[in-house]
Amino acid sequence: MFETSLTWNDVLFLLQGAGTTLSITFWAVLGGTALGMLFGLIRASAPWWLNLPVGFVLDILRSVPLLIQFVLANSFKSILKLNVSAFTVGCVVLALYTAAYCAEIVRGGILAVPPTTRRAARSLGMTYTQDLTNIVFPIALRVALPSWIGLTLGVMKDTALVLWIGIVELLRSSQIIVTRIQEPLFVLSIAGLIYFLMSFPIARLGARLEKRWREND
Amino acid sequence: MIELKDVRKSFGSLEVLKGVSLTVQKGEVLSVIGGSGSGKSTMLMCINGLEPIQGGQILVDGTDVHARGTDLNKLRQKIGIVFQQWNAFPHLTVLENVMLAPRKVLGKSKREAEEIAVRQLTHVGLGEKLKVYPSKLSGGQQQRMAIARALAMQPDYMLFDEVTSALDPQLVGEVLDTLKMLSEEGMTMILVTHEIRFARDVSDRVAFFHKGLIHEIGTPEQVIGNPQKPETIEFLKSVL
Repeated sequence: MFETSLTWNDVLFLLQGAGTTLSITFWAVLGGTALGMLFGLIRASAPWWLNLPVGFVLDILRSVPLLIQFVLANSFKSILKLNVSAFTVGCVVLALYTAAYCAEIVRGGILAVPPTTRRAARSLGMTYTQDLTNIVFPIALRVALPSWIGLTLGVMKDTALVLWIGIVELLRSSQIIVTRIQEPLFVLSIAGLIYFLMSFPIARLGARLEKRWREND
Repeated sequence: MIELKDVRKSFGSLEVLKGVSLTVQKGEVLSVIGGSGSGKSTMLMCINGLEPIQGGQILVDGTDVHARGTDLNKLRQKIGIVFQQWNAFPHLTVLENVMLAPRKVLGKSKREAEEIAVRQLTHVGLGEKLKVYPSKLSGGQQQRMAIARALAMQPDYMLFDEVTSALDPQLVGEVLDTLKMLSEEGMTMILVTHEIRFARDVSDRVAFFHKGLIHEIGTPEQVIGNPQKPETIEFLKSVL
């Protein structure tokens, strides 16, 4: 017979960690997507003097391991005596990291819109902005969605790294329980299951949208 | 009235229009014929300001298209253009494709825009396809939708850039019929085309383009029926 010393309180503790994971993911993806759209638009259409420096910064964000970014940002926070929580630092760093990847996805989506289609929109008297909001973004969204869903799921797993700056999210809370009850396989399985349950609906939603749009194309 | 005065246009070091002068009166149908790369399509892009020019002047109802301070978005409202590639907006239904510009550019209400769109789509024979997405239409139907989309802006001028060139031969007829209908309704049209017989049939005047210049211009009987210049004769021999 299977026995465990995992208590209901531990499960609640895990779920609390999962809540933190979700909330960091939410803010990171929200901020990262908003910034990513802006940066992606710059990468796709801005003149070189804006495009080059933005591309350079995004390259740095994508090349330096996320863990190092977290630790550095948290240290700078302490050095500069900024009065912000580790949670905020985690969200901001992860949002910038997400933005760097999202920018490339958005850029790819925008460049996938045929110039002739945009020309047709402009020829009807639409302004640059009307063309962007009514033609370019909706078409780019369909191209970019699968990669964006992938990015979101990736970011959710990357949140595990914030434990290094002292935030108790899902992975950290399972580690704490493992240390106490010494049942790593069981506890980590539960943590893994919770990650899956959080990711699955997002993946499903993406698949459903994709299918609906494909029917029209 | 559309007036071109000694218009010059280059892409880099390649001069595509080498001083084109032309006047198109209200209600007139002008067909532009000529070999590929002779500058015909480029001229259309210049007329509604989609391409800048390097010299000369283009006036539409007296407004200098390429002058600083000309509101191109406003100007384009009265110049419809239909391209070789029909350029449907793939994420919108046929009805929404046609409604979009009247709503966003002219600021019409949803009901008004829908009324206009339904009327124009019915006019080009797509009244049954309102709720369909463009991908479900044939090339000829998509091209007619593009025509309705341009007409929905109630333009004073229509420019057609080889609108049948990308179509399967059996679909060309339906689009030409639509063009013919428009010409009979008195729409002012500039028609860049390879359909010489059609041009002869519907045009008030025909212009023959060769190497960035108008070599011959006149009635269809003159230019197509009794061409004077050796280049025109050569070209017509090769396409007829």
